[in-house]
Amino acid sequence: MTSKRHEEVGLTDAQVLEMYYYMLLARKIDERQWLLNRAGKVPFVISCQGQEAAQVGAAFALEKGKDYLCPYYRDLGLVLVFGQSARDCMLSAFAKAEDPNSGGRQMPGHFGGKKWNILTGSSPVTTQVPHAVGIALAGKMQKKDHVVYTSFGEGSSNQGDFHEGANFAGVHKLPVIFFCENNKYAISVPLKKQLGCESVADRAIGYGFPGVSVDGNDPIEVYRVTKEAVERARSGQGPTLIEAVMYRLVPHSSDDDDRTYRTREEVEEAKKKDPILVFGNYLKEVGLLDDAKEQELLSRVQKEVDEATDYAEQAPYPTPESTLTHVYGE
Amino acid sequence: MAVISFIDAITMAMREEMRRDPGVFVLGEDVGVRGGVFRATVGLIEEFGEERVIDTPLAESAIVGVGIGAAAYGMRPIAEIQFADFIMPAVNQIVSEAAKMRYRSNGDWTCPITIRAPFGGGVHGALYHSQSVEAMFTNVPGLKVVAPSTPYDAKGLLKAAIRDNDPVLFFEHKRCYRLIKGEVPEEDYVLPIGKADVKREGTDITVISYGLTLHFCLQAAEKLAQEGISAHVLDLRTLYPLDKEAIVEAASKTGKVLIVHEDNKEGGVGGEVAAIIAEHCLFDLDAPIKRLCGPDVPAMPYSPPMEKYFMLNPDKVLEAMRDLAHF
Repeated sequence: MTSKRHEEVGLTDAQVLEMYYYMLLARKIDERQWLLNRAGKVPFVISCQGQEAAQVGAAFALEKGKDYLCPYYRDLGLVLVFGQSARDCMLSAFAKAEDPNSGGRQMPGHFGGKKWNILTGSSPVTTQVPHAVGIALAGKMQKKDHVVYTSFGEGSSNQGDFHEGANFAGVHKLPVIFFCENNKYAISVPLKKQLGCESVADRAIGYGFPGVSVDGNDPIEVYRVTKEAVERARSGQGPTLIEAVMYRLVPHSSDDDDRTYRTREEVEEAKKKDPILVFGNYLKEVGLLDDAKEQELLSRVQKEVDEATDYAEQAPYPTPESTLTHVYGE
Repeated sequence: MAVISFIDAITMAMREEMRRDPGVFVLGEDVGVRGGVFRATVGLIEEFGEERVIDTPLAESAIVGVGIGAAAYGMRPIAEIQFADFIMPAVNQIVSEAAKMRYRSNGDWTCPITIRAPFGGGVHGALYHSQSVEAMFTNVPGLKVVAPSTPYDAKGLLKAAIRDNDPVLFFEHKRCYRLIKGEVPEEDYVLPIGKADVKREGTDITVISYGLTLHFCLQAAEKLAQEGISAHVLDLRTLYPLDKEAIVEAASKTGKVLIVHEDNKEGGVGGEVAAIIAEHCLFDLDAPIKRLCGPDVPAMPYSPPMEKYFMLNPDKVLEAMRDLAHF
């Protein structure tokens, strides 16, 4: 039997099983949204597929109810761990009034919710990075010890807001975790056309804090490096840049066709390292999961997704006139 | 009541608000030890320390973006953009983020940030230290745009901006900083954002302006009075959302309207003011709505004759007012 790597990093058996549950839930919500899109029921999908391990692994290293998230549009796994439900996500997909992120105003994937410490996000990429630095700065001024986690794709690591935000956090030694989900593509543009340096992690050196690359398909490793970053941040040692290397298993969005820019062979090769598959195998190897248990878990997730879909589909839309509300405070 | 300069009123407002509320803090380039390149934040670092008066790295998007994060968290940041001309790298943060946070989160998150920016020319600042950029932001619901013209208004409106639960872009005409002086109470007061102010009562023509050119209008009105022409002068004070009621009332009062601003004419704030008048009180008018503005060139040149040509002055305004009165 394989050694229990998760115990070495301080994760219990129950925790790794819970991680697997969240990864599965994210994947199944995502897959359902694609079906709904192809059936003409929801206008748009943007995926987390292939990135669940990194998102869930990182989320487990943070403290719910205390730490803050400034996520990006693929972070379904992350926000599920922080408290969003399948129903919340489906309400957003169907753009219903009850959508907790935006009341149906934003596209799916634009997460936010004060009750979960998730800052509202937008579509222009990387704008959330300086926000994370600002929340960290405010915490420092108010003598709080929250950590702010902000995530983005490797494409975003080219944006000015990444560099400006990272430098600001470096100067002030702020408790920020810059988490790059390097899925190898910025829509169609591959890594080699995006980065002048070897890895995104290399970029940290310019801002005076550590940058680490980690296998984004391995939630245990991601947990380990994120936990270290959290401890550094919490103890006043400043920010960390983490680059989780992974692969986007599906097109950029429901409006994209990835056959125009990458081969099927490449995608099939990546699917062999699908984090759900790999982590499932690990759990089986260490004796925490068997086929029966996996089936039980899958049925539970399936039921959650079914109920969420039914609820969201039948939920009311926002009223047309509500278009005019929340422009300014009363 | 003490007579102080426009810039001292700005400093006074910030100091009072920082004393009142520990959540108020200042961030920007050179705002700390130097006290700002215009000296608007002078003395603040001595009183409040470098934690609340932050000399930031030279990066405008971060100045605003970090401020937005802190504001969303619950602080009251005052971000200083050194010259309005340099606000462009922060436009994404202002327009896509600050202005839309409340709306896009269905009222869950708010962004009570104040962004101060010195604007305008007549200071030998050339193309990139003279611009009026307000029109770029007066089509952005969710954002409030304020441009006071007097020290009294500057103090009351800046305090209101800091306390406002929505993002406020606060433009200060840099020529007003030391040129314009006025009475300012020592005590605490706020003025309502979104309300224009009649700066001079009159009966023959209505002049609508803001910022430095408002003073040109008042000076011209004084001279015109000697010719027997009575000018009604309205100071917009808030450029977005506009005080439609005050604009219509001022226009209806005389039936002859001149709109004056330093920013170039086409697409400027004056066009919207004219549209409001045309929409609501066209039949009260006795003359076409006139606009006197900066020329439609990319920005103000450095060479003195060219700068002088670009800038309005009391004489140019006087001529336009007289022409309108005689229409």
